[in-house]
Amino acid sequence: MSEQIDKALARKYDAGFVSEIESDTFPIGLDESVIRRISAMKEEPEWMLDWRLQAFRSWQKMKEPDWAHLGYEKVDYQSISYYSAPKSMKDKPQSLAEVDPELLRTYEKLGIPLHEQEMLAGVAVDAVFDSVSVVTTFRAKLEEAGVIFCPISEAIKKYPDLVKKYIGSVVPRSDNFFAALNSAVFTDGSFVYIPKGVRCPMELSTYFRINELNTGQFERTLIIAEEGSHVSYLEGCTAPQRDENQLHAAVVELVAQDNAEIKYSTVQNWYPGDENGKGGIYNFVTKRGICETNAKISWTQVETGSAITWKYPSCILRGDNSVGEFYSVALTRGRQQADTGTKMIHLGKNTKSTIISKGISAGNSSNAYRGLVKMGPKADGARNFTECDSLLIGDKSAAHTFPYIESSNPSAIVEHEATTSKVSDDQLFLCQQRGLDTEKAVSMIVNGFCKEVFKELPMEFAVEAGKLLEISLEGSVG
Amino acid sequence: MMLTIKDLQASVEETTILKGLNLTINPGEVHAIMGPNGAGKSTLGYVLSGREDYEVQGGTVEFENQNLLDMEVDERARAGIFLAFQYPVEIPGVSNMEFMKESVNAARKERGEEPLTAAEFLKTAKAACKQVNLPLEFLKRGVNEGFSGGEKKRNEIMQMILLQPKLCILDESDSGLDIDALKVVADGVNSQRDGKRSFIVVTHYQRLLDYIQPDYVHILADGKIVKSGGPELAKEVEASGYAWLEGHEEASA
Repeated sequence: MSEQIDKALARKYDAGFVSEIESDTFPIGLDESVIRRISAMKEEPEWMLDWRLQAFRSWQKMKEPDWAHLGYEKVDYQSISYYSAPKSMKDKPQSLAEVDPELLRTYEKLGIPLHEQEMLAGVAVDAVFDSVSVVTTFRAKLEEAGVIFCPISEAIKKYPDLVKKYIGSVVPRSDNFFAALNSAVFTDGSFVYIPKGVRCPMELSTYFRINELNTGQFERTLIIAEEGSHVSYLEGCTAPQRDENQLHAAVVELVAQDNAEIKYSTVQNWYPGDENGKGGIYNFVTKRGICETNAKISWTQVETGSAITWKYPSCILRGDNSVGEFYSVALTRGRQQADTGTKMIHLGKNTKSTIISKGISAGNSSNAYRGLVKMGPKADGARNFTECDSLLIGDKSAAHTFPYIESSNPSAIVEHEATTSKVSDDQLFLCQQRGLDTEKAVSMIVNGFCKEVFKELPMEFAVEAGKLLEISLEGSVG
Repeated sequence: MMLTIKDLQASVEETTILKGLNLTINPGEVHAIMGPNGAGKSTLGYVLSGREDYEVQGGTVEFENQNLLDMEVDERARAGIFLAFQYPVEIPGVSNMEFMKESVNAARKERGEEPLTAAEFLKTAKAACKQVNLPLEFLKRGVNEGFSGGEKKRNEIMQMILLQPKLCILDESDSGLDIDALKVVADGVNSQRDGKRSFIVVTHYQRLLDYIQPDYVHILADGKIVKSGGPELAKEVEASGYAWLEGHEEASA
């Protein structure tokens, strides 16, 4: 059977094409002059450059972490280019009509038309191509509601006070090796500001595309939800199929003020490398949110891509009664490796967190859940519930669970449930006996396994995620 | 002829179970297969549906003039072979509705028919659900997830009604059922007898055959059909059990 499953999982990567676009790309290598050049390209104020340089100096003293359950050849940070942008973006197109049609075609091919009339109603998109934002749709409509949704490079110039106040406030610039690197060299990403009491009228989303060879993508996203506001944000990611590994090191910071709610969803489909582990994206991401009184942050992620995934979207529950949620589906196949999970840091009273993690491992892949639940001394009555399920497909894949619990408050309650199961011969046979082919059967069983997480995704994307999983499982069954 | 089995020999994990089985079934016929435990009754169902690990070592099986043994499990299913499981397995998170809609549409595609829309399917599914006396909420529940033994068996019959197969193999669909549930299962089966659809009813007890009237009864022992007859043969077994078989085996040996 496992041979049959492997065959069914030998996946096609639909987003693996390369766009023929002329780019301005920095020569490879990293030193202070590169950071100065990035900052100059973005016409940044002095304080931003200083901030970057300080991050760079801390990074130089740091060591790449090796505690994750991942095996890979360390990245040579001097062999990467830290900035690449389509030449056509130099003239700063003012409207969609001025944007290079080849760029627009890239997004169309990926199923993300950028013309507002063709888009999913109710979803605004920021499209980031290598190191720059190509276009942000529906800005006028959002501005009416007082919502700011723009590339972070623009926010640094237009809203310096907001950026200065919040950047690095959740993920300090020397937080960890990859966050420090990102703080030094980040190029673009999205900035979202929801004013007090406003419910954002549309779903916001950012679509990240890596195109250029030998470049890293270092995006930075900052979302600020003022008191009593509400926003739902989704990010998607793809990259061409290449034999070289490429680095993606992002930082995402969320600030949810009193009574605010942020829902952050990710559908990550970076190129995973081929059957033998050649190529693919190294995805090292730091995502963290801070919740003030009665605030809520909900992370939902569907991770199917990348050769290496190192990612722990976390919540600091600082305010009393605040709520943190983490819903995750991580699928690995071929030689993919994922070490992903979350940190829930309970500081305030009666804070609550829920963690639902579904790991699916097929082929020769390795899939680890790593999660920390920390109950601080003042977290009276705090509660956590963790459910951590692993599904193995075939007999060469591996699943690991590393739960860490630290409680300094006797009134706090932490619950942890974990299961590991296999797609059984009996289940497959039942599906096949009802006329379903092996691929359909496996994808149906896997989709059922993930149902609890998919129902947390915004409606339009739940279907997409199901389909993505189906494509990812194609050829993987046996 | 719908199904012709000639000298079928099959093994599981290197133990030979079927040792030269012969059986011919015409359209519309109901054949009961009875026999003691371990005779190979369930194996016959698995071999006909193509389950992996059931290795055919000799003989032929023709289904509607095709070599059945050459076909994959799902191809056989779409060609019209249905197996009602003795122990139906759970598929958590996949709703019965979703599962059966996919199955029905896979069969329709094979026949060159358009897939049913959600609304069309819902209508037929509701009717089938009522027919086997399951509350409609069972359509939304995960496949067999948390179902009782009797509910699982009725769910199998519901799938059979929806899939409209040509040959239904019921593997001890009566085991573990109380008399009311047994009647529901039997009624479900009888409602599908239309003079064309054929049935293989595998059972240990005669009880089910009081409700599903077979055309032929076969006694399977040690991998072979050792006796065939009409419904009266089932009554004989009921009266005398399977003990006489031992004598038979010695006589044939």
